[in-house]
Amino acid sequence: MGQIVLEQVTKSFGDVTVIPPLDLTIEDGEFAVFVGPSGCGKSTLLRLIAGLEDVTSGEIRIDGKECASIPPARRGLAMVFQSYALYPHMTVRKNIAFPLRMAGFDRAEQDRRVEQAAAVLNLTDYLDRRPGQLSGGQRQRVAIGRAIVREPAAFLFDEPLSNLDAALRVGMRLEISELHNRLQTTMIYVTHDQVEAMTMADKIVVLRAGHVEQVGSPLDLYRAPRNLFVAGFIGSPKMNLIEGEEAVKHNATTIGIRPEHISISESEGRWSGIVGVSEHLGSDTFFHVHKTGLADSITVRADGEVGFKHGARIHMTPRDDMIHRFDEKGLRIA
Amino acid sequence: MSTKASRSAARLMLAPAVILLLGWMLVPLTLTLIFSFQRFLPMRGGFQGWVGFENYVRFVTSSAFWPSVQATVVIVGGVLLITVTLGILLAILLDQPMWGQGVVRILVIAPFFVMPTVSGLVWKNMFMDPNNGLLSHLWRFFGADPIIWLSDASMLSIILIVSWQWLPFATLILLTAIQSLDSEQLEAAEMDGAPILSRFWHIILPHLSRAITIVILIQTIFLLAIFAEIFVTTQGSFGTRTLTYLIFQRVLESQNVGLGSAGGIYAVILANIFALFLMRIVGKNLDR
Repeated sequence: MGQIVLEQVTKSFGDVTVIPPLDLTIEDGEFAVFVGPSGCGKSTLLRLIAGLEDVTSGEIRIDGKECASIPPARRGLAMVFQSYALYPHMTVRKNIAFPLRMAGFDRAEQDRRVEQAAAVLNLTDYLDRRPGQLSGGQRQRVAIGRAIVREPAAFLFDEPLSNLDAALRVGMRLEISELHNRLQTTMIYVTHDQVEAMTMADKIVVLRAGHVEQVGSPLDLYRAPRNLFVAGFIGSPKMNLIEGEEAVKHNATTIGIRPEHISISESEGRWSGIVGVSEHLGSDTFFHVHKTGLADSITVRADGEVGFKHGARIHMTPRDDMIHRFDEKGLRIA
Repeated sequence: MSTKASRSAARLMLAPAVILLLGWMLVPLTLTLIFSFQRFLPMRGGFQGWVGFENYVRFVTSSAFWPSVQATVVIVGGVLLITVTLGILLAILLDQPMWGQGVVRILVIAPFFVMPTVSGLVWKNMFMDPNNGLLSHLWRFFGADPIIWLSDASMLSIILIVSWQWLPFATLILLTAIQSLDSEQLEAAEMDGAPILSRFWHIILPHLSRAITIVILIQTIFLLAIFAEIFVTTQGSFGTRTLTYLIFQRVLESQNVGLGSAGGIYAVILANIFALFLMRIVGKNLDR
């Protein structure tokens, strides 16, 4: 069991308030991702849940138990750190067994659980090596192994993939999702990468300056961002945000349209513009189109085979049902 | 430094330093070796012929030799034990954020800047003096009889004085080592359920092992040669005659240069064996 409830939680360091009163519920077995730009308080929030920092006020309840006075070790949570925080002088086996040893399990049980975790994480061949002799991905798996042997109520991941190269990151993303499907344990995952958030989460919590901007499933956030911040943060490439004349036509201060919801053609369309930079990804092509009267270029997604030269004049038509409207405060107009 | 010209220029410029250092080392060593095979008593007839290994045999068979080796080992061991233990504790303490950290750190390091002779005299006259020393005042304050430190607890006194001098060195090196410990490792251990003592034992101490071996290595080499602290306090009496001090006495008090030189060669060999042994351990530790 691992339901985590935060109620009116605040955190200040001296005079600086990092987290203003915040309410959040993470259900048992859920994969929750805290996402936001750096410095938005997402890591602090995770450390508050872990017990590595004390809350300034408010309550954190794990399975209904208020845990302000419970030390980190007894909260039944396991954490995977950004730097992995492996113990360099211990072998992989000893690293993974460390929490078991501290909990006073006998040797046979320790060995059994370590072997089991190693089998799950493909680490069996590396058990007698030291962390210094492993690659980044293997170290990452050792850190996860050290977390799963404790059979915790919930896992906490603090930007676990940010030290890996791009290819490995995709692989580990899948492995962590796979692990979640198998264990069905609550996981809280902190990242600044919206792709990780979209691909892994059951529930995304978008944070800005300690405030929860929106909570929801990845598709909820994609389809109906509650404000301009979420609209700009979720989705890749970013949503086009257009102000002025075009927005007024839709009775809004700002309108947003995602690159994938604009069709382009050589001959006709509602808007016209000049092609600037085009990015060919093979499967897709993204055109940055300059439209007269707009400061920023409009990003448009097209099929990978479509090719327009730099400086060509093209026409664009947004899908009307996919236009997001925002008022002067940046909030979504339903 | 890859072209031929720059390489030879580099050699040329290094030469003076290398020659100077080699000369500085080789000339005294060779002289000592030559003296050690002579009967040479400067005040009592000077050079009196070559005697082969007689000096070497006499030096080790003298009744003072083994006690002096023992005194050396006890002092070196005692100082190492105190400086490393207290050094670790002080390093952990100084690593904590606190008010006036900079000043405190400088104060802790200060004893290292005091010359050995001066620190020996300060301890002898200000702390350990049986009548007016601070320690005897302290003892009397509690109604106890003051200890006559330098004669009744001579060994302990010397160890205390030398430890006081070397503690800053150990603390400084161990402090820098502790500062390089990744705080996430300690937090991970905390999450893993390790209480504070286990964290010290399983995380901090292994992290410090390299620094500790380096402290032991460097201190041992210097401690084998301590002299001034003994010279200004006990003058080698009350069982504090170390190997170094014995050699000094043979050369300058008995005016037997040959015998002292033989002792000097023994000391060189001993120190080298020790250094080699320690290098091995350090090397093994550094490999990881």
